[in-house]
Amino acid sequence: MITITRLWIADKLPAWIFLAGLLSIWQLIVVQGWVASYLLPSPLQIFYTTLELWPDIFVATLSTAQSILWGLGLSLIIGVTSALIFFSIPIARRAILPFCIFFQTVPIIAIAPLLVIWFGYGQPTVNASAFIVSLFPILANTLTGLQETDPQLKELFRLYKPSRWQLVFKLQIPSAIPYIITGIKISAGLAVVGAIVGEFIAGGGLGSLIDAARTQQRVDLVFSGVFMSSALALSLVYTINLITGLLFRHRPYLRNQ
Amino acid sequence: MPSIEVQQLEKSFSSNAQALFAGLSFTVDSDECLCLLGPSGCGKTTLLRLLMGLEKPSRGTIKMDPALDAEMSYVFQEPRLVPWRTCLENVLLPLELTAQNNPAARHRAIELLQNIGLSDRLEHFPDQLSGGMQMRVALARALITQPKMILLDEPFAALDERTRFHMQDLLLEFKARLQLQYVFVTHSISEAVYISDRILLLDNRGAARDIRSLPFSERNQSVKLTPAFNAIVSEYSSLFSEMEDSMKKADAGQSKL
Repeated sequence: MITITRLWIADKLPAWIFLAGLLSIWQLIVVQGWVASYLLPSPLQIFYTTLELWPDIFVATLSTAQSILWGLGLSLIIGVTSALIFFSIPIARRAILPFCIFFQTVPIIAIAPLLVIWFGYGQPTVNASAFIVSLFPILANTLTGLQETDPQLKELFRLYKPSRWQLVFKLQIPSAIPYIITGIKISAGLAVVGAIVGEFIAGGGLGSLIDAARTQQRVDLVFSGVFMSSALALSLVYTINLITGLLFRHRPYLRNQ
Repeated sequence: MPSIEVQQLEKSFSSNAQALFAGLSFTVDSDECLCLLGPSGCGKTTLLRLLMGLEKPSRGTIKMDPALDAEMSYVFQEPRLVPWRTCLENVLLPLELTAQNNPAARHRAIELLQNIGLSDRLEHFPDQLSGGMQMRVALARALITQPKMILLDEPFAALDERTRFHMQDLLLEFKARLQLQYVFVTHSISEAVYISDRILLLDNRGAARDIRSLPFSERNQSVKLTPAFNAIVSEYSSLFSEMEDSMKKADAGQSKL
């Protein structure tokens, strides 16, 4: 146990020292007046602002987190389902997938106003925005995983004349799981972006907190919002690791790829 | 009735490539274990895949004893274990796919794994096993369906010598105990002499030399040290090199044209 702790410290220590150094230099630059504090507030000032406005920031963060989870959850369900459909019905893939790729190339910031028109101001639009940007990586990764099933294993299965469903559930889906997990991790980062962008336009959450702080020239509050959104993204990835780790704790192959 | 009856067999993979086997005919009697021996590229693996029905012949026929047809098993050149399944689950896979997985089968699988010395590895994953252990699991998977005939494609080629000898004896033991018949592909002459009743020496123009039974009633590794065994091996070795020489000459003649 002691060795593990030591290893962990040896592994993480350089990053913490670097962070501490960086914050100290930042603090020094601002305190010495080399950069105006209305352009770049000091780390301590950002910290105090966050403490002071914590109730508001907390509510905003919670609302953004909710939208991210909505968007990501929907993406997971719809992405995996449509990948399965595309995989089993090649004609559907050939007909629809090109348009999915086209849809993927349209920037979310350009679609967001349209979403406001359809869903109005507020959370539904933000959810939709988080969903739209996070759908494609999960869909594409799942489809790749299904298609890249090891042909040698497929031949092995064929020896026993499996049914179509046996092939799907015993071979193809397990083969795709590492890909799906990768897709979720990519989508998690994107869902945060989608939610914040959605909130810039439709209001609510950290997005509108940052936007409002900008109009009031509260750079310290902008920083608070920025840090909270990256904290959200990080804890999301951490939670995903935790869940997949627990879900496949007896199948290391499926989570470690 | 012979177990296998092959007549005028020919296989070509593309229209302009030279056909393999060029009218090969042979039969395997119901009590025989056959080895297919030959230099690389002569089509040993292809012949085995044809026997299993993994490939279709371009010309000629392969007749299997109907009693045997449904009770054949195949061991690939590599273990081909499903990486997310434990040893035990890998052995049970054929039964799961043919809806015969029940407590009795599970008991049989455990017994089989005990027989091959893996009783303490039931819950291990393939990547936690050595190559020899993986091959033993693959052999157990082929045996779990209680086949009458098993086709093996150089299954021990990648193993170290000691493990290989052990596996050979294991196969002979199963042959005696379960009245198992097998067709075994190898490029090792001494392996062929040791484990088969009969050898089919193939060259890449379809000529096959049929070498009759080997006169050993009792087989164990010490047989390999006897003069009689070595005399046979060296006799076949010279046949083998003769064949390779004539193949090279024929190739050279062809390239001159």
